[in-house]
Amino acid sequence: MSDTAPAKPPLLELDKLSLSFGGLRALTELDLQVSEGEIVSVIGPNGAGKTSVFNVITGVYKPTSGDVRFAGQSIAGKRQFQITRLGIARTFQSLRLFQNMTVKENVKAATYGHTKASPPESILRLPRARREEREVDALAEEVLSFFGERLRGYRWNQPAYVLSYANRRRLEIARALATRPRLLLLDEPAAGMNPNETLEVTEVIGRLRDELGLAILVIEHDMHVVEGISDRVVALDHGIKITEGAFDAVATHPAVVEAYLGRDPEALAEA
Amino acid sequence: MPQIGVDEWVAQSGERREQGTGLGRALATLDARFGWWPRLALAAAVGLVFGLSTGNVNLLTVGFTCLLYAILSLGLNIAAGWSGLLDLGYIAFVGFGAYGYAIFSSSALGTGGSGGAHLAAFESIPIVVIAAGLVGVVIGLIALRLEGDYLAIVTLFVGQAFFEVVNNVDPGTLGGVNGIFSIDSLHGLSGNVSTPRGYYLVALIIIVGLAAVLHLLDTSRTGRAWRALRDDPLAASAMTIPVNKLKVMAFSFSAAIGALGGTLFAAQTSSVFPTNFTENILILIFACLVLGGAGSIAGAIAGGIIVWALEQMLGSPTDAGYLFYGLILLTLFLKIRPWWKLGAVLAGIVVFGFLAHAIVGAISSSATAGHPGSTGWIGSAVKDWVIVPSDPIGYGNILFILVICLVLALVRLQGTARLVLVVPTVYLAACCWESRLIVNPAITTQIMLGVILIVTMAARPNGLLGSRRVEML
Repeated sequence: MSDTAPAKPPLLELDKLSLSFGGLRALTELDLQVSEGEIVSVIGPNGAGKTSVFNVITGVYKPTSGDVRFAGQSIAGKRQFQITRLGIARTFQSLRLFQNMTVKENVKAATYGHTKASPPESILRLPRARREEREVDALAEEVLSFFGERLRGYRWNQPAYVLSYANRRRLEIARALATRPRLLLLDEPAAGMNPNETLEVTEVIGRLRDELGLAILVIEHDMHVVEGISDRVVALDHGIKITEGAFDAVATHPAVVEAYLGRDPEALAEA
Repeated sequence: MPQIGVDEWVAQSGERREQGTGLGRALATLDARFGWWPRLALAAAVGLVFGLSTGNVNLLTVGFTCLLYAILSLGLNIAAGWSGLLDLGYIAFVGFGAYGYAIFSSSALGTGGSGGAHLAAFESIPIVVIAAGLVGVVIGLIALRLEGDYLAIVTLFVGQAFFEVVNNVDPGTLGGVNGIFSIDSLHGLSGNVSTPRGYYLVALIIIVGLAAVLHLLDTSRTGRAWRALRDDPLAASAMTIPVNKLKVMAFSFSAAIGALGGTLFAAQTSSVFPTNFTENILILIFACLVLGGAGSIAGAIAGGIIVWALEQMLGSPTDAGYLFYGLILLTLFLKIRPWWKLGAVLAGIVVFGFLAHAIVGAISSSATAGHPGSTGWIGSAVKDWVIVPSDPIGYGNILFILVICLVLALVRLQGTARLVLVVPTVYLAACCWESRLIVNPAITTQIMLGVILIVTMAARPNGLLGSRRVEML
């Protein structure tokens, strides 16, 4: 993949985006694009501002300056649920499932924005409420089937808190899919997983793009995953984009190496 | 049955534990086959049989109040149980409903005790309930930015404000401390509900309808969104759920049901006073919800019925005595295994009592000169067993403190030491009961209700019918 600008306008575009908390600058004039069907990874050391990028895109924080455009429309300052309805769904680094709801309910809850039945319609089970409920059921079963047998069968009716750690991560992704996104933001999808599960996550991310046609922005620390999935890699440090491009180029870029490991003492001595 | 140790078996272990055996499992199977309505129909049939078979007016009135608390607890469940909003202003909505009905269905709007609106129930109740829903929207909007404890404090103020308003503003209409009286019974369309049985049946119809409506709502997109909101508001918002709108809706629905309960209360008692709607009642409604299991419709109803039934039983010394000794025996039977240990403890308690009575009586005859508070066969059975001095008040107070200390020690101890300590604890509790507690039923009611709540919640932290719940990990 080259880092030249794509021909058609990108699906997601951050334009000189800055975010400050009082005097603390979390993000500084960040430019970032994600095109349709593209998988972009964001890497950087802890505290680099990766999750802040997600939080600004999804509306948890309002940007201090700059703009966020999705499908050509500015979404900066919109509320979280509005942004998700437009087609940006996310998962959380520190799993935030609806613990006391069943697996299926977790997914069905995420369809609220795409259904319309009012409480009286639901209570009387009027045609629209019944139709929506059927559709939502089918959608829930479809997104849960995406993970093969992992989230199927008897697990549908288990509360989320009994799931294993890896299954909770999978359920986070399934729940995000139920909002029918065009762009999926994955915050460390492989964190805390064993090598087998990590491999599976890598494969799932590829299928999300190939089978569902999603654009994906992913934060990940596991460089094997990043290497395996990324069309393009963006490296952040201290809220500033230090470089961007193909995995090999970024991974060996001196600024990236320095951000992760500090400066090479020998190189320092030579300088 | 999956193979032991296999993934699926491990994952189902929690389910098996919750499902249990016997009755619980039978009910679960029934549920899986027929859904929710046979259970509701069964409960309704039991309620109907009770209402039609008993001619006892007191019993029917108690039954009505039980159902009234169940209705109020169902309304609170929407805000506090499903949506996780600690709404301490709920009592204001109940009062709003009662006062609303009182104003529209009495001479309060007329002059000098005549005239007034006197609307039929099918006019005044919908007006009041819808108005309460709108007030709920306003309160909800005010409370939007608050969470947890802060929300609780602000809504508590709302409850207090309601009390002050009806107590002080416009005594001509609202009656001030004297309240509004001579309120019409439920009437309209040439019908008139005037008997205790009539009110009981009206309450029964309302609660069955309400349970069905709330179940259908709970399993709809709105119910799911409320529960998602309770578990994690940020994630709910990220999953297309407009959190603010749903919070306001929860407040509003909860207020409307609270007001519905209030209208029934006003119609049945035919008078309302500001003191009917104080924090005491609010706490009782919360007790219903928590005891039954917050978040569960069946739990909220059961909680309302149980709490009010207990309250009534504890008010009568004879029934309170049965409850006191019954609960102690029940706890011992449930907690002490195997049977020979249980037998030893029971025998120990009896022997310990007669010995103590004999020894103390030999030392000082005035120390055992008093009479046990219980009358009837319990009274004569324990006459030579418990130590009741001629002046039992101060002695009873000291015993009460001592019993609390002993119970605390019991909780900390394990094994044989615990078993041994059970003997004097139960005995002293009985002495305290006979010499002090039973003499003041009004105070004892509160203490006993508190003890029962604490013990039940310690045994079942999720309430009687609530499901296990975890907080964010």
